[in-house]
Amino acid sequence: MSSPHAFPEIDDHGLLRFLTCGSVDDGKSTLIGRLLHDTRAILADTLETLAATSRRRGLDGVDLSLLTDGLAAEREQGITIDVAYRYFTTGTRKYIIADAPGHEQYTRNMVTAASNADLAIILIDARRGVQTQTRRHAYLAHLLGIPNLVVAVNKMDLVDHDAEVFARIRRDFLDFAAWLGIEGACFVPISALHGDNVVERGPHLDWYRGPTLVELLECAPSAQGTRPDVFRCPVQYVCRPRDSADPALHDYRGYMGRVESGAIAVGDAVMALPSGRTSRVRDIQIGGVGQPEAGPEQSVTLLLEDALDISRGDLLVRPDQAPAPRRELEAHLCWLAERPLSASRHYLLRHTTREVRARVAAIEHRIDLNALTHQPATELGMNDIARLRLRLAQPIHPDPYASNRATGAFVLIDESTNDTVGAGMIL
Amino acid sequence: MTTLTPSRTRTLSHLDWLEADAIHILREVVGQCANPVLLFSGGKDSICLLRLAEKAFRPAPLPFPLLHIDTGHNYPEVLAFRDERAAELGARLIVRSVEDSIARGSVVLRDPGESRNRHQSVTLLETIEAFGFDACIGGARRDEEKARAKERIMSLRDAFGQWDPKQQRPELWSLYNARTHPGENIRAFPISDWTELDVWQYIRRERLALPSIYFAHYRPVVRVGSRLRPVTPLTPAREEERIETLRVRFRTVGDITCTAPVASEADTLEAIIAETAAATQSERGATRFDDHTSESSMEERKKAGYF
Repeated sequence: MSSPHAFPEIDDHGLLRFLTCGSVDDGKSTLIGRLLHDTRAILADTLETLAATSRRRGLDGVDLSLLTDGLAAEREQGITIDVAYRYFTTGTRKYIIADAPGHEQYTRNMVTAASNADLAIILIDARRGVQTQTRRHAYLAHLLGIPNLVVAVNKMDLVDHDAEVFARIRRDFLDFAAWLGIEGACFVPISALHGDNVVERGPHLDWYRGPTLVELLECAPSAQGTRPDVFRCPVQYVCRPRDSADPALHDYRGYMGRVESGAIAVGDAVMALPSGRTSRVRDIQIGGVGQPEAGPEQSVTLLLEDALDISRGDLLVRPDQAPAPRRELEAHLCWLAERPLSASRHYLLRHTTREVRARVAAIEHRIDLNALTHQPATELGMNDIARLRLRLAQPIHPDPYASNRATGAFVLIDESTNDTVGAGMIL
Repeated sequence: MTTLTPSRTRTLSHLDWLEADAIHILREVVGQCANPVLLFSGGKDSICLLRLAEKAFRPAPLPFPLLHIDTGHNYPEVLAFRDERAAELGARLIVRSVEDSIARGSVVLRDPGESRNRHQSVTLLETIEAFGFDACIGGARRDEEKARAKERIMSLRDAFGQWDPKQQRPELWSLYNARTHPGENIRAFPISDWTELDVWQYIRRERLALPSIYFAHYRPVVRVGSRLRPVTPLTPAREEERIETLRVRFRTVGDITCTAPVASEADTLEAIIAETAAATQSERGATRFDDHTSESSMEERKKAGYF
């Protein structure tokens, strides 16, 4: 199809999900507002509403941070309580921002937002440098396995755009990051308020020759690029259209799921877990169309040469890459619920598409997120993170979270309320 | 055995990624819920949703029926389109009408001409109860409105259909929790992360048919502030209003009394996409009469059970 219009082609670099860490004081909401504004994702009518609200609250000019406070309950308190999702496109890539509140009591929100992020922007106020909060955010980003870290040193306008301030913060952060085991990070000096080095370069930071914040986002590898090579495909649903009017479908048995990592091709050997039975891939369908192969993050239907007894909750792997069955797990767990974790109760553990009962065998230590030290603990409250041992009623086939986020993560569900109460990362 | 060297640089296009993600969510709904239903109005978002459902479950027929809550104030061409599309797919289409709720006395109108948009919630809840649906799959998007920006992909509603923004279940990784107690239900939003532009690009890529009123056409309208109100038997011009015939299209299609067209020359998908990319008014801002009553009107309606 040809078109007389200039066409927004944004297919080239796919999609990137990122998280912004910081508090209102660091200018996080202003930064998001700036990104949306300078990539023209804020439309004129929204801007007018913002301007009117800013005037009503006695502010000069448009307060871009108002863009991100959503719920009435949040406006009353002047803070963000929950994760909000925002969208913009640069013309070459689509972005999903998970905006999580920065306060300590909202650790669970940051963990939630971080769980799907390909990149984290850690915001530092240039006047304050690396703070307790910065360390907490970096630790959580690292714990949640976010592959790319960008440290944005904000409010450079308030330190006279001083290169030495930026260099000192960079050194401080790297010292601390090395101690945590973080391999590297990118640094960019910005002023979200004035827009310097966010989307536009601006005249004030000419000593900085590196990429702008958006340039860093543009070249960051997407999730598919950072997933491991081992093939993992949890079965979500088995398609058996036996009642179909088409007799050709009476023996159809399609295993539906998403390729969480690795790749698979027609003819490849696969093993179903937990049964351990093997077969070969006869056909791969994506959207009902046959394909020779499939890769990470594609939703597929696999047809096998043999009729294996496979159902939801099973895991398809390559026979030579099968993860071992485990009924005991070592894990980091973030507690998300108001009712504390109880070692005497059973919880439902969701790992990929599989559910098994679990109970806590031992809490090894709780992590003090401010001092980043280990403390003994017998109980976990909301926003606590601990290392613990779990015992399962049936085995699961996990990978360590550090090598595979999709098959190393689990949630705990309280069966009496059906709430999601814990987020776990398997060691 | 074919040895594949997985390419570390392979990147799905943003539409391929969004499609795969939505299919994953649809399959989770069907994998976890006993009796889901897909809300299909014949509007563009639900047209995308229906295509995604088709692609998720091919070659099997859809594993759930379709449901439309008809306010009785819909454009006839959209209803005709809804029926045709459902028939084409061989899908079971359930239509329930706000009119029936009025007859039953569960919806009481303050005045007969008022918008019935908000009353859909009552009829929807009555239908959920009658059929025992435990999940309703809908085409809401987070970019539409700031209360939606914070809603989960699988969002729990209590027995009164109410959404409680402070009691949302944390949603991590792709581990969706669609568990319900009897009487509760899940609203599942597979295209949460899509923007208006993504929807139009997907419609173009999939060559999806749309009701004609999405494309530029001549229509009698009156100007109400910065918006246009269509002149229809339901929404006649008042004496002091001047009727103009303008070239317009609808960006969003819903109850006649609360959706407004925008002036547009865009009569092809390409032209609509170009306009959407350059738009200066948000979708709901330009076209809805019901979102402007207060800064948090969507949040209030959602708490009361609105989709």
